Amino acid sequence: MTKPHLIVVGNGMAGCRAVEEILARDPARYRITIFGAEPHVNYNRIMLSPLLAGDKAFDDIVINDLAWYADNNIDLVTSDPVVAIDRKIQTVTARSGRVESYDKLILATGSDPFIIPVPGHDLQGVVSFRDMDDVGAMLRAADAGGPDGEPGRAVVIGGGLLGLEAAHGLSLRGMKVTVLHIMPTLMERQLDEAAGWLLKAALEARGQTILTGADTAEIYGQGKVEGVRLKDGREIPAALVVMAVGIRPNVKLARAAGLAIGRGVHVDDHLVTSDANILAVGECVEHNGLVYGLVAPLWDMCRSLADALVATPSGYSGSVTSTKLKVSGIDVFSAGDFSGGEGCEDIVLRDASRGVYKRVVVKGDRVVGAVLYGDTQDGNWYFDLLKRQADVAEIRDALIFGQAFASGGAASANPNAAVAALADDAEICGCNGVSKGKVVGAITGGAVTLDAVRSCTKASASCGSCTNLVESLLAITLGDAFDGERSAPTVCKCTSFTHEDVRRLILEKQLKAIPQVMQELHWTTPDGCSSCRPALNYYLLCAWPGEFVDDNQSRFVNERMHANIQKDGTYSVVPRMWGGVTNPKELRAIADVAEKYEARMVKVTGGQRLDIFGIKKEDLPAVWADLNAAGMVSGHAYAKALRTVKTCVGSEWCRFGTQDSTGLGIKTEQMTWGSFMPHKFKIAVSGCPRNCAEATIKDFGVICVDSGYELSIGGNGGIKLRGTDFLCKVTTEQEALDYCAAFIQLYREEARYLDRTAPWVERVGLEYIKQRIVEDAAGRAALTARFHQSQVFLQDDPWAKRAAGEDYKLHQHLAEIRPAPRTLEMA
Amino acid sequence: MLPEWLDIGPVDQLPALGARTLPVRGGREIAIFHTANGEVYALANQCPHKAGPLSQGIVHDTTVTCPLHNWRISLVTGEALGEDKGCVPVIPVKIDGGRILIGRAAALAGVAA
Repeated sequence: MTKPHLIVVGNGMAGCRAVEEILARDPARYRITIFGAEPHVNYNRIMLSPLLAGDKAFDDIVINDLAWYADNNIDLVTSDPVVAIDRKIQTVTARSGRVESYDKLILATGSDPFIIPVPGHDLQGVVSFRDMDDVGAMLRAADAGGPDGEPGRAVVIGGGLLGLEAAHGLSLRGMKVTVLHIMPTLMERQLDEAAGWLLKAALEARGQTILTGADTAEIYGQGKVEGVRLKDGREIPAALVVMAVGIRPNVKLARAAGLAIGRGVHVDDHLVTSDANILAVGECVEHNGLVYGLVAPLWDMCRSLADALVATPSGYSGSVTSTKLKVSGIDVFSAGDFSGGEGCEDIVLRDASRGVYKRVVVKGDRVVGAVLYGDTQDGNWYFDLLKRQADVAEIRDALIFGQAFASGGAASANPNAAVAALADDAEICGCNGVSKGKVVGAITGGAVTLDAVRSCTKASASCGSCTNLVESLLAITLGDAFDGERSAPTVCKCTSFTHEDVRRLILEKQLKAIPQVMQELHWTTPDGCSSCRPALNYYLLCAWPGEFVDDNQSRFVNERMHANIQKDGTYSVVPRMWGGVTNPKELRAIADVAEKYEARMVKVTGGQRLDIFGIKKEDLPAVWADLNAAGMVSGHAYAKALRTVKTCVGSEWCRFGTQDSTGLGIKTEQMTWGSFMPHKFKIAVSGCPRNCAEATIKDFGVICVDSGYELSIGGNGGIKLRGTDFLCKVTTEQEALDYCAAFIQLYREEARYLDRTAPWVERVGLEYIKQRIVEDAAGRAALTARFHQSQVFLQDDPWAKRAAGEDYKLHQHLAEIRPAPRTLEMA
Repeated sequence: MLPEWLDIGPVDQLPALGARTLPVRGGREIAIFHTANGEVYALANQCPHKAGPLSQGIVHDTTVTCPLHNWRISLVTGEALGEDKGCVPVIPVKIDGGRILIGRAAALAGVAA
């Protein structure tokens, strides 16, 4: 009796693994034929990266050589892909015309690289990263080099796993590589924002250029690739473009044969397609709505497939996947679902000195996801807990420290007990080399608060990552006597650092990006919260003028929209009126805008400006354009910034006026507008002690008198009315301006975000401010100079940019839904 | 038959950690959110508290903080988090081939027939 004929379409990893599994169960059951499109024997496709990098040769990545096919009586047909299946008479036809009949057929057609259909995608020099031919083309480009003996330039489109591996290989082959990634962070499917940012920094340190948010418009070149043009107009020259943006199941053959198809070939739990004699396995299948692009699920599928064909059907129930980056030297691991959600809690550990970021997502005492960067040693342990759905309630407190620590028994499950168990000479503070004994000694010697321990031992006083350890020691040593309270509040619940700590460390450690601050300062949440993000954005903006790139998404809506949100979701708009002075042309423009955009109210503000109410978000750019056209710029009435300089008419008109208060007010406003600050900031200049401009309830007030200018600070209206404190008297206008700039800069550099000047002055004391501004002339000059330096970058009109089309999408609807018959319109 | 899902455009139109709006004629406006991980969620664009436009809030993790009074709303369930109580309708979203699809029935809920 002849054996039933099993035909496998696809000589790749899935097809051959399926055959291996079948042979392992019953080597004599089938007569087997394998068709492959490539000329090669079965090789390990995931080793293409080491092959490209030069770590391996082709022979090293062969899984089954010709002898294996011969030993198992397998008929291997290479370079001859199957092009048709006739399910009625059970035959397959290959490209060469060869026809074979089957009893059972396995489709293992894998997937095709996705090619973005941008202009130029078919130019010579555009390759995918999928098979031996691609690697060959990449190696030839690397060997060819660039003009004048320079290294060749390559662009890799796609910052996912595959793209980064391609980029790494090309870099090692000596090419200058730019990676273009459309999403804001690398490997966003596997990594969260924080880990993606660390990865980007590490790759840039290796010499690659990584452009995120980069949208390819076209690949240009005459006949062959010369470069890539982005939608924002940037051009990146390159002789090689690797498209590694993703793969999609290759279902062409199955579709033509009339099998049920979704995103992949539909299979049941036994990998059987809609035709009982045809099975499918690997990347070409869709099981239970899921399509897999990784190798681990393939092994699971092949086992179930072989069970179904040979032994007792076992059933495949889907796979949980994990990813490890294979780029050598950078350890990244991710598994499961780390996107969070209801009932999920993040446990985050950031160890800046070791470059480690770990995040474990726990839901109802079960691990549901993990992202590890820098130390992936425990990846498999977390993955195992996840797959087993193990109850981690007992070890939860110590879970993030890894298997060795968490499994160390009950003592280490309680962080305090673990610290108590440390030897006296164990190091608590790595920065300052402070031992446990020394900290405990300080506490028993009377340092009963964190600040006291910091000042007498230096422990936790530098990077602060040992703060929790010191607090544990305080709790253990003092017992109930430790109140656990810190004297200064932390920025928010995401960190144990105070505002002052964060500001100091940003400067000391030269931190220049929000994710960098979060990593270096051990933030305990992946991307902060609505309290800390705006604060960090401001602190960085203040610390690195002209260098830090403002993060729009870390700004409150008013600053993002450059207008004030009102209770009905519309906005109000305040154009700047220097010193509160206006003219017919400006008034006419405001009146026209109010009419044209159907403003519901125009109101005079407390700061002598006109506020136009009821503007729709989508109309804002047009409103600004109209106001700009009349010469008016943004009044920053929405910003944590200089709002207004209120004035009286002073000596020019008033019988009592002693100086030109209107003129000084205008000069002051022209000097200070656009300056972002911890909170809103108001100034007033009164022409005489009658104080018609109400200068003594402003953040900075000037009262003109015959002999000069009286300066006062720290006043505000608000919930708690506070009159100003007298700072000093100066004799010239220029001095008044210089002291104003110095005071603002001191406030900008030292206050906590969302502190107005009043609470700040009360906290640090008037004496301190007098000492810095009045008594220290050199210090004052330096503050003034730093203020003017930052103004170089801050004084540009945000309205003009928006009116010119920047970020236009923020103002537009994504689309509009109109119920039938016309259902949808694109914006 | 009407499709179950409505294609409302490519994912790359959404700023990371941001949101955009989708008016529904005769119905309530929808806010589409993008998290740092590239996940996309949709809620009615109204805080359960004082109807604040959630699309204008700060997005962090899988929550959005309402711009009017700082209520924190879960993008996943629509529930107010913390001490606050209230819920905003969630519209099912899926991504297919880089395009955002939203559930027709939920999107059109409440539209006068």
